[in-house]
Amino acid sequence: METGAKKFTYKTLVMAVSTVLGVAVTVLALWFLQKLLVPKYQRGVVEGSMIEEYYDSNEPHEVLFLGDCEVYENISTVTLYENYGISSYIRGSAQQLTWQSYYLLEDTLRYETPKVVVFNVLALKYGEPQSESYNRMTLDGMRWSSSKWNAIDASMTDGESMIDYVFPFLRYHSRWDELTRTDFEHVLDKDRVTINGYYMRADVMPEAEFPSPMPLSDYTLPQSAMDYLMRMYELCRENDIELVLIKAPTLYPYWYEQWDAQVRQFSYDYNVPYINYIYLRDIMGLDMSTDTYDAGLHLNIYGAEKFADYIGRYLTNSFELTDYRQIPEVAQQWEDDIVFYDALRDAQLAELQQYGELRSWGANAIES
Amino acid sequence: MLFTSLPFVLFVAILVLTYYAFVPHNERWGLLLIASLGFYFFADPRYLIFIFVTALTAFIIADITEDYNAKRKAYLKANKADMDADVKKKYKATTTRVTRLLLALSLIINLGILAYTKYINFFIENINAVRGGEPLSFVNVIIPMGISFYTFQTVSYSIDVARGTCKAQKNFWKFLLFVSFFPQLVQGPISRYEDLSKTLYDPKPFDFRNVSYGFIRILFGYFKKLVIADRLVIGLKTLTESPDEYKGAFVFVVMMFYAAQLYCDFTGGIDITIGIAQMLGITVKENFDLPYFSKNIKEYWNRWHITMGTWFTDYIFFPLSVSSRMLKLSKWSRNHLGNAIGKRVTVYISCFCVWLATGIWHGAAWHFVVWGLMNFVVIMASQELEPLYERFHGRFGLKTKGWYGAFEILRTFLLMSSLKLFDCYRDVGVTFRMFGSMFTTFNAGKLFGGELMNLGLSGGDYLVAGLAIVIVFLISLVKFLKGTDVREWLYDRYPLFVLSCVCLLLAVAVFGAYGAGFDASQFIYNQF
Repeated sequence: METGAKKFTYKTLVMAVSTVLGVAVTVLALWFLQKLLVPKYQRGVVEGSMIEEYYDSNEPHEVLFLGDCEVYENISTVTLYENYGISSYIRGSAQQLTWQSYYLLEDTLRYETPKVVVFNVLALKYGEPQSESYNRMTLDGMRWSSSKWNAIDASMTDGESMIDYVFPFLRYHSRWDELTRTDFEHVLDKDRVTINGYYMRADVMPEAEFPSPMPLSDYTLPQSAMDYLMRMYELCRENDIELVLIKAPTLYPYWYEQWDAQVRQFSYDYNVPYINYIYLRDIMGLDMSTDTYDAGLHLNIYGAEKFADYIGRYLTNSFELTDYRQIPEVAQQWEDDIVFYDALRDAQLAELQQYGELRSWGANAIES
Repeated sequence: MLFTSLPFVLFVAILVLTYYAFVPHNERWGLLLIASLGFYFFADPRYLIFIFVTALTAFIIADITEDYNAKRKAYLKANKADMDADVKKKYKATTTRVTRLLLALSLIINLGILAYTKYINFFIENINAVRGGEPLSFVNVIIPMGISFYTFQTVSYSIDVARGTCKAQKNFWKFLLFVSFFPQLVQGPISRYEDLSKTLYDPKPFDFRNVSYGFIRILFGYFKKLVIADRLVIGLKTLTESPDEYKGAFVFVVMMFYAAQLYCDFTGGIDITIGIAQMLGITVKENFDLPYFSKNIKEYWNRWHITMGTWFTDYIFFPLSVSSRMLKLSKWSRNHLGNAIGKRVTVYISCFCVWLATGIWHGAAWHFVVWGLMNFVVIMASQELEPLYERFHGRFGLKTKGWYGAFEILRTFLLMSSLKLFDCYRDVGVTFRMFGSMFTTFNAGKLFGGELMNLGLSGGDYLVAGLAIVIVFLISLVKFLKGTDVREWLYDRYPLFVLSCVCLLLAVAVFGAYGAGFDASQFIYNQF
């Protein structure tokens, strides 16, 4: 009897331990596989890494830029600091929609309260969710909060589901046969791809002629986008933040005069500054034969530095911003950023000199 | 709520937990009813009306029938002494007619709903084709999920109660659970009331072994469905949607793909069904018994979709064979055609009816009808040729040779896979043309010219599907050769059992063809 009882106990123990171990191994394996299978956005298309980098930035940010590629590729945050002592961050990603910018602002307010929020208005032309891949680049990097939940809820296209955002593994499990070296190298940590949200490109491709703008049947900016602009305005007002609306100086995609008029009207109605930098390209000294890397769609580092210098002057003159160059602990952190900035620029220039094109950044760097 | 969706998995997990943790044993059937109706409601609330009407009519009529039969028996018993043989016979004939009328009423209502929802537009389509002129417009009708399965269950219940081989259920809600029990609602098996009711209303108490067996069976079901079936369906679609592009050797590929895809889809779904039921302490009949190891087509149909086969046998073949008209016909044919041919006539007619019904049951389309009748032809031919085979086997002693057994298995597999082409191409003419192209323009070289990589499947997909098929085959082979259930073997080595669960779960999670990039493919038998 005693032996039987002992056997029973031993067997039960083995079963209990095996079951617990099995559950633990499954959970651990799923966690690891999720880390492995989600896209890393480390080479080529790096936009998916931008949003989450914000959480690693320890500096205070008095100016927060929100928007799409018209901010994260066009404004050098280092120039803003070097020339004016402005400590800023760009929370932007590819085709970042207005409501995504709104929820990113909400998200940012959980960590800090900037003095000025600069929103680039190009995204106001979109009233509906556009594409899953762009959604993912913006939303996957957000930390979990009600803001992320609401941002996902507002952004999902047909066929997307919340559960796939909660467990990205479900969305990306089929990447098992397209994993690259980068996926294995960056399972647990990622390299930095921006300098406070600024994505640098040092190559040059002069601005080309754009096709004529297509006439639209309706020039009214979508109400849903305007509603989120209104919510952004109210959120800023509640938190004593100055909201500034800008249109970046790049000409394509087209920014129609009718759209411009509606934003101006909003600016007038709510006493919010709005600056369309398309009209100020000459004044700020932009030379689109050298200041763009993709035929005029986005600025390269030379253009981004000029634009940053110009907008920095406006921000310094208009708002009481701290000169962080005078605050040693912040200045020290910015020095590190500047070292990274310079190293990144030098690496790109070296590659340009060697190959005549960038191979480790942009389209040429996309792994297959 | 797809079986393969995460909400369904969560639904089952919550149900099992609630079932054992919070609900007393004698009230568990109530929870199952709520879950089943909820499952059906979330599929489409309108389905509930259909299932409710079917269940209610079958329930009431069966109840009346049983009461009537009981009274009849009591009357006969009470008046046994006063009734002579003639009176008794007359009384029995009259009362039997009433019972039959009641049964007919039940069958007309329930089979009528099935016929109307599933076949009305097929009927109109064919009327239009024959009649010409102004076409009749199609009827906008919904086909409730699993209607063929639950209708067949209620029909078998009604007949069994009328025959007196099964006691009628007196609680409507319990009966509704029998009709709507959610794991088998989607694709069967077609349960008999006598079998399912034993554990449905009085399930086995919590038993860790039972729950573990159910759990691993569910995982294996998902493995078959998501890793193999839903992966191969991508290639199959490409191959069958452009038949003229993929002839000859590709038709053979279609045969192989579909044989694997259909088996894994259907048995995978049944594994999930039986696994869920097992976790809940309910025994559901097996629907498959290694069909691809059959040595002839008759044996194949005894191993494939077993509950459907036995249903047709019990409720069409036997009643038809012993009906008075058939007996008269049998007698007439023996007299006029001789004993050898005469005795076959009624069997052939009954078989013909069974296979015609089987074809129609599978779907409202001619290719299903032809598929059913082709099965009939092959079965009858093999039955007629059996004496010849026997002589041939005896002459060369083939039955004792292992390789000949393997040949028979392969032959049956290829034969059944050929018949399944009707289901692949869904067009009788195209099917015959494609089948013929295997013999006229086979050209095996085409398969190795890289075209297999253009079917929507990557090299990795082929590798994963291939490995998974090998795993499924080996597990089946062990059962076939040694009669060992791998689950039991593993459970006796519990750490290995857990490891198998972990591997299956991870394999399904990573290699399963689900989510964005894959079509959420319903189980094939869901449409029935």
